[in-house]
Amino acid sequence: MEQVMFWLCGIIAIIFSFMMIIKRNPVHSALCLVVVFVTLAVLYVLLGAEFLAAVQVIVYAGAIMVLFLFVIMLLNLEEEVHRQGKSRLALKTSSIVGAGLLLLFLISGGVFRAVSAMGTAGPAAAETSNTQAVAELLFTKYLLPFEVTSVLLLAAIVGAIVLAGKKG
Amino acid sequence: MVPTSQYLVLGALLFTVGVIGVFIRRNAIVIFMCIELMLNAVNLTFIALSRHLGKIDGQVFVFFIMTVAAAEAAVGLAIILSLYRRRQTLNVDEVNLLKW
Repeated sequence: MEQVMFWLCGIIAIIFSFMMIIKRNPVHSALCLVVVFVTLAVLYVLLGAEFLAAVQVIVYAGAIMVLFLFVIMLLNLEEEVHRQGKSRLALKTSSIVGAGLLLLFLISGGVFRAVSAMGTAGPAAAETSNTQAVAELLFTKYLLPFEVTSVLLLAAIVGAIVLAGKKG
Repeated sequence: MVPTSQYLVLGALLFTVGVIGVFIRRNAIVIFMCIELMLNAVNLTFIALSRHLGKIDGQVFVFFIMTVAAAEAAVGLAIILSLYRRRQTLNVDEVNLLKW
């Protein structure tokens, strides 16, 4: 069952991420990205991170993508026109870089598999709920980063208002 | 149980698609969305390894990454908005003032 869900979600995620970079209309790209985010949330549930799955749907698929769609529709973008001249070079560069990255990642995945086959600490039995475990860690060990994050959010709010304000 | 290496390979594939998107697209907003995709691929890797090691720390890091991504999206979209107001375009080939 878990295996089936993993393959289903993984294949959907990869197909829709490809569609995201292929579609010419930015609105279609944004909607494809929403699908990718939702499948990732399902994968998080499979991995036992229920809290983050909920946050993924609420924050990413909800808030951030609504912001993207809002800006796209506000600007009323026309579809991307076919590029000439430089596009060949860009395509060539991106295919080389993409192939290289993929090879590197797949090799590292293989190395990880070999290393982990030797045996590491197995997954600990979860005696408390996932949300509780995350919260306990967040408010004890990572309390300072958590507080700093709030300052970051404040700075982001002020920055966004200043940049997008009337005189911006 | 799905082995961790499969999750890592899936994360790698998604990250690579994001990188290719940054290279081939010319629309600033779509490039920005590709960056979000790359962030999510990294999040998947973090959570997979968090399960593999039996520690919850990786999930806390993903929480922070999501917060930073939200802040980044707000500021980045504000920059894109003011860029469009000034230049009437979002094509990154035409916005090359800082390029020498």
